[in-house]
Amino acid sequence: MLPDILALPILLALASGIAAAMVPRRMSPALAALAAAIGCGLYAVLSWQADAQGWFGAFWGVPALGVAGGLRLDGLGGVFALLITGIGTLIFLYTGRYLQDDPRSRQLVTLLLLFMMAMLGAVTADDVILLFIFWELTSLASFFLVGYNHESLEARKAALQALLVTVAGGLALLAGLLLLVQAAGTTRLSGILAAREAILAAPTATAAMLLILLGCFTKSAQVPFHFWLPSAMAAPTPVSAYLHSATMVKLGIYVMARFSPLFAGEALWHLLLTGFGLATALTGTVLALRATDLKRILAYTTVAALGTLTLLLGIGSPLAIVAALTFLVVHAFYKAGLFLTAGIIDHATGLRDAGRLRGLGRAMPLTALGAGLAALSMAGLPPFLGFLAKELMYEAVTYAEYFRWGAAIGLFLVNAGTVAIAAVLSVRVFAGRAAPTPHTPHDPPAAMLAGPLALGLLSLAAALALPATATRWLEPAAAATLGRASGVEPALWHGFNTILWLSAATLLAGFSLYRIWPTLRPWLEARTAIDRYGATRGYDAALHGLTLLARASTEFFQHGSLRGYIRLLFGAAAAALLLPLVAGGGLAAPAFELAWWDIRYLAFAGLVIGAVAATRARTAFVAVMAVGLVGFATAVIFMLFGAPDVAFTQFSVETLMAVIIATTLARIPIPQSDTRRRGQKRVDAAIAIATGAGVSAILLSILAQPLDTRLSDWFGQYSLLAAQGHNVVNVILVDFRALDTLGEITVLAIAGFGVVALLRSGAARRGRMPASQQAAASVHVGPEPIIEERR
Amino acid sequence: MKPSLILRTSAAPILVMAVLYSLYILLRGHNSPGGGFIGGLIAGVGILFFAISRGRHDALRQLRVAPTTLCGTGVLLALASGVPALILGRGYLTHQWLFIPLGDGRLPIGTALLFDVGVYLTVIGTVCAIFLNLIRR
Repeated sequence: MLPDILALPILLALASGIAAAMVPRRMSPALAALAAAIGCGLYAVLSWQADAQGWFGAFWGVPALGVAGGLRLDGLGGVFALLITGIGTLIFLYTGRYLQDDPRSRQLVTLLLLFMMAMLGAVTADDVILLFIFWELTSLASFFLVGYNHESLEARKAALQALLVTVAGGLALLAGLLLLVQAAGTTRLSGILAAREAILAAPTATAAMLLILLGCFTKSAQVPFHFWLPSAMAAPTPVSAYLHSATMVKLGIYVMARFSPLFAGEALWHLLLTGFGLATALTGTVLALRATDLKRILAYTTVAALGTLTLLLGIGSPLAIVAALTFLVVHAFYKAGLFLTAGIIDHATGLRDAGRLRGLGRAMPLTALGAGLAALSMAGLPPFLGFLAKELMYEAVTYAEYFRWGAAIGLFLVNAGTVAIAAVLSVRVFAGRAAPTPHTPHDPPAAMLAGPLALGLLSLAAALALPATATRWLEPAAAATLGRASGVEPALWHGFNTILWLSAATLLAGFSLYRIWPTLRPWLEARTAIDRYGATRGYDAALHGLTLLARASTEFFQHGSLRGYIRLLFGAAAAALLLPLVAGGGLAAPAFELAWWDIRYLAFAGLVIGAVAATRARTAFVAVMAVGLVGFATAVIFMLFGAPDVAFTQFSVETLMAVIIATTLARIPIPQSDTRRRGQKRVDAAIAIATGAGVSAILLSILAQPLDTRLSDWFGQYSLLAAQGHNVVNVILVDFRALDTLGEITVLAIAGFGVVALLRSGAARRGRMPASQQAAASVHVGPEPIIEERR
Repeated sequence: MKPSLILRTSAAPILVMAVLYSLYILLRGHNSPGGGFIGGLIAGVGILFFAISRGRHDALRQLRVAPTTLCGTGVLLALASGVPALILGRGYLTHQWLFIPLGDGRLPIGTALLFDVGVYLTVIGTVCAIFLNLIRR
């Protein structure tokens, strides 16, 4: 079946991910690059041949769970898949040289391939459950990739931060998707988009939209969740280039674009996207102008770009959508290229400080060329694709429905800032007189240069081949985002109109900003209020609050006092038994058949005597014996009333319990007599009476109901016929309900292992401790609850 | 406190009796009161008694294998008893029977017995694992 070919790149990425961990270390990046290139070629062919509906492959559905499954490649998914595999190929080539001295590089390659798999799955999934699974896999892969240098505290913290933010958003996304599924009656993405009326009519529509947006905003680093992205720069540079600029952070954009046809026209959708997008774009630009570290500058401009994309999706007109998709591609090209050159500069000079790097162009001309091409596209100069994106953006924003003036001015400022930063990253770093660096700079090997140069040339070629680029890739993607053809025909040259003047003004403003950057940047950095009231502080506070909450709940529930545990357990059990019975009015008593002289009353007498003796016992040992008497009397009752198997088991269990508890009591240092105060005794008595009354009441109420004998009749009838046994109880245990029994003995065995582990670890700990502390550390059963020793 | 002479002397015969009785209970379980759970508990009581009177070390030596090994073996046996049904194309844990002609009648032997032995071993193993570790000095 041909359409199942869509599963091929995903499986290929998975298989090569496993293989990359096993082949010799030098070969694994090459293998990965090959896998990515094959995927890229495949997607290129498929998207070239796709019609409006795209390719569909029924793959990996779980009908029993109502998951339709399936992969689909349409225009939107096609653009993303091409970016993922295409940039992936270049990244793998780069990684091979960048990490050639790192003994763990195979691990990185494997993780990157698994990440690629997850991304491809996410953008080609035609099922929201599948989409969610792959979405979460990208978060997980990102966690391991950001934390790759796991010996650095900063990297570990950044990885955790990225994981917490994106996974929390992922949960919101899941909730939103499930609401959509409920309203649409299918998990299939195309089915959900087709059920637009039903979904929007459902009362959950707004909640679903907000939840999905929350997921997208965390993933795509929108304000106020933007802080995790710059922290994620603790990852190795190829990872930052791949995940945190070109692909993963765009997944939120992808999902927003995916659901655009569904929510387009809803005022709240446009309002939120426009507002948050604008805020994010401005925040990112200001923070980018404030940073000096090359990677941080790039990270903040990525935040700005993601904000711009959200803003454009929020405007939602055909022009805006085409602008968004064009800018998506433009940004992926120049940002990956600039990240890779930043990595090269870092590698070659040992510096990443934009303030101290000057005039590298003479020593590393090819790197300068790569960075220059990327910067030209970033600044939006003709004839690069970036120019087209900016023109479309300006054109789209003049038709914005919300914040039209705000959006226009904001976008102008953001673009001017982008121009300034493009100049910093190219002109300032490469041109002029060379400044001293820790290492002597030099051009890297070809494999590392291939990425920046290829991406730079691509943004030129894509613009020059314009009608084809637009009709083949941009228009199908825009049509998928809009739900209809866009009717926009992008061209580089529009004649001398307002938009062109706006573009020129942007360049001028950007260049002025660049000129004052050396004084502007320190001034901005001195505004420490940005750090003080930044979102990072909010994250830290939330995390701190969570720790406090966890500690408080642990101290409340896990206080270490056995008496406290038992009070809580039995109190809760009593409440659970009694409250529903009393509140629900289910209390009832069965008819009573025993004559008053019946000899079997003696067994009940044993029960009562044992119970009373247990409460009167002066030492724990006597109490155990008394409780044992209760158990034996119960066993006798079972026997007298025709349940020999149960009676038998009860006898054995009682014996074992009595012996085990007595042995334990003899070995742990607890006072043998009762040390409770009067008030505590009263509370305990109340809990005990309530629990006993609850159990009795529920048993009596159950017995008062007519007995349904269908099951027992069936078992009695078939015990011998089907299972060759006369003893129905045992036949049920080993045959009719064998799977249950298997589960029970597994639990039993696990409990046994658990007890052994606990006792042994306790023994090992006692071995290291002086005898005086042993008693305190083991179990405390005193008059007051004392918390187990703190560490 | 050292256990009395009577207790120490009677420990071995009582262990033998308990284990033999538990086996009897295990085997007859399919047709009369008994089975793996009860059998395992009875054998467990026997071993507990032996351990109290003769010490943990002797009890472990009499067991010959570690209690946790018994647990694992038991669960594995119970798991395995369902496999013949799978091979014959029936549902997992549908017990299969052979009827061996024996004198006048016939002796039914089935995978249910294997399952019950698994239960028996798991119960003994867990009881011993917990208790013999509790009395560790």
